[in-house]
Formats: sequence, structure tokens, C-alpha cells
Amino acid sequence: MKIPDVLETLRHLPFVKNFEPDQIEKLAVLAHEGRFERDQIIFREGDASSFFYLIVSGKVALEVTALGRTLRVQTLGDGEALGWSSLLVSEGKHFQARALTAVRALVFDGARLREACEQDPAFGYRLMRAVFEVLAQRLQAMRIQLLDLYSPASARA
Amino acid sequence: MLPQASRVIAVERETRDTFTFTVAAPGGGSGFAPGQFSMLSVFGVGEAPISISGDPGEPDRLVYTVRSVGPVTQALVTRRPGEWIGVRGPFGASWPLAALRGKDILIVAGGIGLAPLRPAVYYVLRRRGDYGRLVLLYGARSPQDMLYRKQLSAWSYLPDTQILTTVDYGGLSWRGHVGVVTTLFRYARFDAQRTAALVCGPEVMMRFVLRELETRGMALSDVYVSMERNMKCAVGFCGHCQLGPHFVCKDGPVFPAARVKRLMERYEL
Repeated sequence: MKIPDVLETLRHLPFVKNFEPDQIEKLAVLAHEGRFERDQIIFREGDASSFFYLIVSGKVALEVTALGRTLRVQTLGDGEALGWSSLLVSEGKHFQARALTAVRALVFDGARLREACEQDPAFGYRLMRAVFEVLAQRLQAMRIQLLDLYSPASARA
Repeated sequence: MLPQASRVIAVERETRDTFTFTVAAPGGGSGFAPGQFSMLSVFGVGEAPISISGDPGEPDRLVYTVRSVGPVTQALVTRRPGEWIGVRGPFGASWPLAALRGKDILIVAGGIGLAPLRPAVYYVLRRRGDYGRLVLLYGARSPQDMLYRKQLSAWSYLPDTQILTTVDYGGLSWRGHVGVVTTLFRYARFDAQRTAALVCGPEVMMRFVLRELETRGMALSDVYVSMERNMKCAVGFCGHCQLGPHFVCKDGPVFPAARVKRLMERYEL
């Protein structure tokens, strides 16, 4: 996938809605296209993989193995970000990611993204703010999930 | 006010603790409106308010989906065809579907909150030309806890209808969406300016749903919620189900969201 095509794809993703045009171009230069088949593991829990993904199309499940079984705890779809921990100097991935359908994504190397952020603080601020929005939404969703809303505890009749 | 004896016609298991059972409507049936509830009793055990979950176009039978969470509901779900239960009602305010003609209908349900919304779906499907798009967002705890799965699947093939389901967590065999019900909004296709929303589920869920609807440009005047409180008399005498200035049994359970939103946010009300 050539840079103009990446740029065109990137422009349509909600992740960059607050980016300036030159910042989107900078991001496009750092991206390459990734394709994953249905059921393919994109990364495993604990992997040192440093990639950050923006899903262009398809569906990805985040899975965690606990008590001897694997649970799907979240699914991500078109336009959503995956692998945000690669933007930190991280010891590894927190969840396993599996393609539930054929997935097309823009793939970024976390180390190169961090380097670009250091060199251009305005770009870094924009990128981190976009990631922060993603994290805030996920945290909010996770808090609601933790409430275990549908448990029968509140109904007693 | 007196329960009328009604014969159980059919019992169907929905999930490990939830059953849908059909009873013959007392006296042949005088009909009900989507969103209304009945007081169901098992003689010698007690009485509980249960939403009607069947088709309002079939008034001779009343359908209830009951989760076994206490002595009354446990006794209800163990009834078998041919046995008798007591029925009072139907009671309460209904979804104002006649007034919503011409609009798209967005239904947001969580857990067993889908039960009082199913009659609204039947109602819209029987009058399909009177409404625009029908969008249903449904969240459950796990795939095993989802109600009416076959029916939801069948509805998803209907024209101008979008059915989106999600679970809080799923096993490897679940290939659908995972996340809370509000995460489905990004996939829902509706025009906030010409849509009315009907919402039912745990109160915390409804609060987050109202917030999401407002974020997406919907006016609270176009949103209706079904509230749950400890209903006893069902006719506004006993006060058990009081919610601020309202009696949920008589003034609700369906309320315009604008009327109860503040009350939903108040601690211990």
C-alpha cells in the first residue's frame, strides 16, 4: 500500500478527526497495511510486540485467559484503535487479540511513533490526546462492565 | 383488584434461570398495551409484578418472561402447563407507540429489560408502514443469558430493521460483539432528529444510555424509559413503588425520560 493510499485511508478514520492535515501526513508515513485472516492471533498476552493498529475494516476480539478458560472481554471494529500499550515503553501486551473476521488495519511501530512524538511535541500532543480519548472511552465502558449490571442481585421478588 | 385464576398453556426455558410462560388471558382477554405489567401470584406463596412480553395482537393469551430470583418468581417458573396461577392487571402506562407514528424507533434493552420491550417490537412489526427504521440494541451478561435469541436473529433479516446484540463477556464460541450496550451505538444507524427511543434495563444502564442518546443529539422529549420499583398494590394506593412524586405502578412503569432523569440520578430514591 503506497503512502497516498494510506493517507486516504487514514483521513477517514475517526482517530485522526482532530489532527491537522500535516499531522495526518506524518502519521501516514509511519504506517503500513496489515491484513489478518479470520481467527488469526494478532498478538498474544505478554507479547513484546510493539505495534499499534488502527482497524480499517473487520472485527477483533480482545481475550484473556483466566481460570483455565479464555474469555472475550471486548470486541473492536472499523475505525477503532488496538494495541495502545505499544505507545508506552511496555513490558508486553495486556490481552490477546484475535481477528474474528478478515481484518485490514494500518499498522504502526510503537517505537517509531514515540520517536515522532518526541521530535514534534505538537504531533505528540495530538496523538496522545487521541489515544487518551480512546482510553477514556474504554475505561468508562470497563467501569460499567464491572458493575455487572445484569446480575440478579438487585431483583428479589 | 382480585387475582383471576389463569391456566398455564406453555413454558419455555430462555436461559438457565429465566423462563417464558404463556397463560390463557382471564375472561378471554381484554387486551394489553406494550409496556404494561401484571401482578402474578402463586397461591400460598405470594405475588410479583411481571412485565407482559407477548404480542399485543394476540390478546387471548398473556406471555411473561420471568427470571427466578426469589420465592415468588421461583414458584412461577416451576409451573407446568395445565397448572394455575393468579393474574391481576394489566396495569400501568405503556410505550406511547401510537403517538410515535412516522418516527424511527430505537429500542435499547439490557438483560431481562428486553421483556417489556418485546411487545413494542411486535406492535411496530404489525404496523410496519406506520414507522421508519426499527433499531434494537440489546446487551446481556453473557451469550447464555440472552433472551429470545432465535427471534432476534429472525428479526435481523427484516427490511429497515437493525438488530445489534452484545454481551459483557463471551467464550470462544461467541463471535458477536463484546462490550456494554452503549458501545453498540457507534454501529447503530439512526437519525437522532426523527427517532424516538424506548429504553429498559437496569437503572444504571439506562442512565448511561440517556447520556449516550443526548451525546448523539437526541432530545430527552423523544426518549421513554421503563422504571422498576417494588410494586405491591399496582394501583397507586400502597406507596411501595413511590419514585419522588410518582407511583411507578400507576404513573409508570413507562415514563418520558425527561420526567424521571433527575430522579434516576438521586441517591437512594
